[in-house]
Amino acid sequence: MAMASEAPKDGFRLSMLIYDTRFRSFTIQVIVLILVLLGIAWLVDNTIANLAAKDKDINFGFLWNRAGYDIEQQLIPYTNDSTHGRAAIIGLLNTLVVAFWGCIFATIIGVFAGVLRLSKNWLVGRLMTVYVEAFRNVPLLLWIIVVFVVTSETAPQPKDFKVTADMVQNGTEPAAQKLLFDTVAITNRGWNIPAPLFERPLGVLHLGSVPVNLSFLAILAVVVGSILVNRAIRRKARLVQEDIGIRPVTWWKSLAVLVLPVVLLLFALGFHLDIPAFPTDENGVSKGFNFQGGILVMHSFTALLIALSLYTGAFIAEAVRGGVMAISRGQTEAAYALGLRPGRTMNLIILPQALRVIIPPLISQYLNLTKNTSLGIAVSYLDLRGTLGGITLNQTGRELECMLLMMLIYLTISLLISSLMNAFNSAVKLKER
Amino acid sequence: MKKSVFLGAVAAAALSAGVASAATLDDVKARGELLCGSNTGLTGFGAPDANGNWVGFDVSLCRAVAAAVLGDPAKVKFVPTTGETRFTALASGEVDLLVRNSTWTYSRDTDLKFDFVAVNYYDGQGFMVKKDLGVSSAKELDGATVCIQTGTTTELNLADFFKFNNISYTPVTVQDDSEAQRQYLAGACDAYTTDASGLAASRATMADPENHIILPEIISKEPLGPAVRHGDNQWGDVVRWTFYALLIAEEKGITKANIEEVAASSTDPEVRRLLGLEGDAGVMMGLDNNWAKNAIAANGNYGEIFEANIGTATPIGLARGLNALWTQGGLQYAPPLR
Repeated sequence: MAMASEAPKDGFRLSMLIYDTRFRSFTIQVIVLILVLLGIAWLVDNTIANLAAKDKDINFGFLWNRAGYDIEQQLIPYTNDSTHGRAAIIGLLNTLVVAFWGCIFATIIGVFAGVLRLSKNWLVGRLMTVYVEAFRNVPLLLWIIVVFVVTSETAPQPKDFKVTADMVQNGTEPAAQKLLFDTVAITNRGWNIPAPLFERPLGVLHLGSVPVNLSFLAILAVVVGSILVNRAIRRKARLVQEDIGIRPVTWWKSLAVLVLPVVLLLFALGFHLDIPAFPTDENGVSKGFNFQGGILVMHSFTALLIALSLYTGAFIAEAVRGGVMAISRGQTEAAYALGLRPGRTMNLIILPQALRVIIPPLISQYLNLTKNTSLGIAVSYLDLRGTLGGITLNQTGRELECMLLMMLIYLTISLLISSLMNAFNSAVKLKER
Repeated sequence: MKKSVFLGAVAAAALSAGVASAATLDDVKARGELLCGSNTGLTGFGAPDANGNWVGFDVSLCRAVAAAVLGDPAKVKFVPTTGETRFTALASGEVDLLVRNSTWTYSRDTDLKFDFVAVNYYDGQGFMVKKDLGVSSAKELDGATVCIQTGTTTELNLADFFKFNNISYTPVTVQDDSEAQRQYLAGACDAYTTDASGLAASRATMADPENHIILPEIISKEPLGPAVRHGDNQWGDVVRWTFYALLIAEEKGITKANIEEVAASSTDPEVRRLLGLEGDAGVMMGLDNNWAKNAIAANGNYGEIFEANIGTATPIGLARGLNALWTQGGLQYAPPLR
């Protein structure tokens, strides 16, 4: 008689969608999905209706029009005759270059600060605590502005480097001097650093509209080749060592392989440095407003880079500290028992294991840093936000298009970074078999 | 079936939301307050004074419009906008009217869908440099670093000027006038470029105005004027004729001080039409007939507003120049009020 849960005879009723646990979760999902889709449809429809009311359309054609404005920092050639699309790419590259170096510096700072914060040395530990707390708890924008104002207002003006007619007559020196054997000038506009130049360059390859300097490619190829040969030498030395127990002396071979080819190539290319200097007339009196030659690294770039690195570094330091503390104390004790010194214990035992804990939070810090580069507008750094989302948006009046495009680009960058880091994470994570 | 009905309702709601913002005049009357897009702070043109009251040449026009529409020049809320945010603020309906030394250009008029209803200041772009730089012409600025406000026509003129004269420069793009001034004074740029009137206003606020010169070259035409959204012609008319009322008042010698006296005694038919003593000029526009009288009584006529805020007696010290009335060799000319 005791038949368990006999199926109802009268088949499917509507109320079962709510009262029957077999269907309820499905019902809820369908309702929520419909609501979400309706919400999206409403947003899109509202946008279109309001644009129509203002007699505007959605059109990306402006990207191919002449931009008409200049950008101070450009990694690929750009003039005011280039298109808005190219201006956006210049901005994107400016964003990426800050994000790239920012991630590297922030990681270095973060790992050092995180490990040192755990130091038994009272002073070092407290100093790192102060650093982490100061940077984590003050808004990034303030740090960017502080660093920018400090770097730009403490340095002398370019005109202080100029030699005037009076100075030539009296034999006095200008108020400010270049540093590092007269090669680097730090002004309140930026760093004027020497630029590498070649007397006999290999030429330039044009890939579409992006020029590729073959000389730099050749140097890169030689350096990579040297490193590969050096690794082969060291591997051979290790085999010999494993075989007969004595490691052959290789340092001079390594040195020769690493240095000689590059030096020879640079010599062949006629390498020399283009040192920034003021043009002078026949009496040695400086002319012009700015240093000529060399490379000008604007303070807006350095300030943004420094502030982003220090700020994100503080967060990474906490992730590193957490990762190190997650490794059981027994690991350290076992390493000490084997006679490893504290430094090598950290490098060889603790950090490699801590990496597995550190990497996931590291991904979000890299994403934060990349998105935070958009604060560069505060110090006149023309990144993607400054070009596409700033000047182009304003001059063309295409707010919606520019914003959508900019969001799409930031989304793409972020997804790329996180997929790269996820791949790295799965390479180092604990392999369970 | 149900879904399509719902979607239809949603679409109708969205459409009605879009249409509702068309009649700005009704909105302003219903709100009892005019939302006026102003500068974030440009002395003489639009900036809060020590007591937090907005004063200036552009601000006075907003007050005149408020007086014409609402009968009270104090019923204005000033919304500070930067060069970058001003047009978005106007297009989205955040402000009813933009009086913020904005240049009337073709693309802003057509593509951006705005109407510049009048020109309240005929200007041109200039350069300011420090005297000790020893520069006397903008063409000597080869290789200079130039501070420029982003989102302005001046940005494009600058690129064109240097390109045309075949000389180079480094731009430093800044957000607003105060940041440009800071960088210019700190020596981060050799020259600061914006409208000549803006340069004069900036120089007036510096500690040592005598050490800065404005170079003689005027490199562009910058007709600055009040802007409204395209397609709302009634509101455009209100702003345009409020401005013209101020011009006609100057032409006819009606000032803030003597307006009551003139209203009582004048026999000039145009004055009588202007002050609402004859005809229905205000009603034709959807206002009451006292509109022009209120507008003029707010801050005086065009000439009074000019002299009080940016004229030669003020620290900014701008001469009337192109902005004199047409009867005195300038370009300011109002069509007949009839």
